[in-house]
Amino acid sequence: MNKTYINGVGCISTQKTFDTVFLEEAIYDNNKTVLTIIPPVYKDYISPAASRRMAKGVKNGIVASALALRDAKVENVDAIITGTGLGCIEDSEKFLKNILDNNEEFLTPTSFIQSTHNTVGAQIALNLQCKGYNFTYVNGAVSFESALLDAKMQIEENDANSILVGGIDETGDYTISLFKLAGRVKDESNLPADILNSTSSGAIYGEGGAFFVLEKDKKETTYAEVLDVAIKNTLDISEIEDEIAAFLSTNNLQVSDIDALVLGFNGNADSDIYYKTISEKAFAATPQLYYKHLSGEYDTASAFALWMAAKIIKTQEIPEIVKANSIEKPAYKTILLYNQLNGKNHSFTLISK
Amino acid sequence: MEALKQELKNKIITTLNLEDITIEDIADNDPLFGDGLGLDSIDALELIVILDKDYGIKLVDPKEGKTIFQSIESMAAYISANRTK
Repeated sequence: MNKTYINGVGCISTQKTFDTVFLEEAIYDNNKTVLTIIPPVYKDYISPAASRRMAKGVKNGIVASALALRDAKVENVDAIITGTGLGCIEDSEKFLKNILDNNEEFLTPTSFIQSTHNTVGAQIALNLQCKGYNFTYVNGAVSFESALLDAKMQIEENDANSILVGGIDETGDYTISLFKLAGRVKDESNLPADILNSTSSGAIYGEGGAFFVLEKDKKETTYAEVLDVAIKNTLDISEIEDEIAAFLSTNNLQVSDIDALVLGFNGNADSDIYYKTISEKAFAATPQLYYKHLSGEYDTASAFALWMAAKIIKTQEIPEIVKANSIEKPAYKTILLYNQLNGKNHSFTLISK
Repeated sequence: MEALKQELKNKIITTLNLEDITIEDIADNDPLFGDGLGLDSIDALELIVILDKDYGIKLVDPKEGKTIFQSIESMAAYISANRTK
């Protein structure tokens, strides 16, 4: 069975994650409930003629994937697998608004073309002229992990040697307004936000895209090996520690083998309790990291976490801004990522040097 | 007529998201498709909707489009002669 290596990464996020080394320009703005993307210069990657019909998410996906390919020093891949929770929601909103505003008349194709969830994967494939396997997972907060798991299995089983896998989501004004109404976004009266010690409900939201080139061979650009990915749609708080112990056990690891734990604290006290439980108990002596104060919450925010963890393993440096506790280790060889959204769609990803 | 041409250029730039193109970049007789502005078949559908929605003109014969959408000049002339709103 082949191993799966992360050989290239690319990330567009609400931080400057392009043209930088590793979060050295990151800013924790705790006075916003919704973080917006810091856009790269799209023209450097996409011709104006092509980009004029592209939704924000599509452009970010193309740039993130281009960065990952360049980082891995490869020009094409055998497959493209994308994860997205809401797809190109901005164009979906536009299309639906047009239907209502124009009494179901005068509908033009542009927004509709862009509103499908698999547009990102399709446009990347068109750009690369990649005619291989192309699949988009839309599985809520485990969309990216579903894509990652698929990619890992294909490489393990020799179905592909190199795969571009990524997670991408964008915010849309109307969707965010609905999330606010539903209490999913933190109320502004609860600002400034203290993500790690929040006592209020609602999360800080964001958007972004991260892509990875996975290959079966280790090479000079390698960041880390993807050891395992597991998904659990429902878990009770009382089950979380046993679940993680079992996950580690299947990989012949114990809690003490984990050099850093990446947790998805998003400021929603109602569901951050899952992270609190393991951070205060089983992993109390483990270096803990968080990231959604930088990336914001979105269905595929865990792709940002994998980008961050891969960088840590490669550079052996942890930016101060992502440290959730002061515990350090002499080396960061094995990192566990745990994510969930609103107490559902739990995922565990294990990577190692 | 001059005001209509400016209005059309504005609408085309906005509706078709023509980044980096200004009203001044589009000459009245520049071809909209092909070598000129480089519009394509999806843009043609957008232009048909502009005619219908903003000027009350329904194109019955798609072949007409080829002449009407040749340039800003031809579009403006057709709209002036056939607009219902």
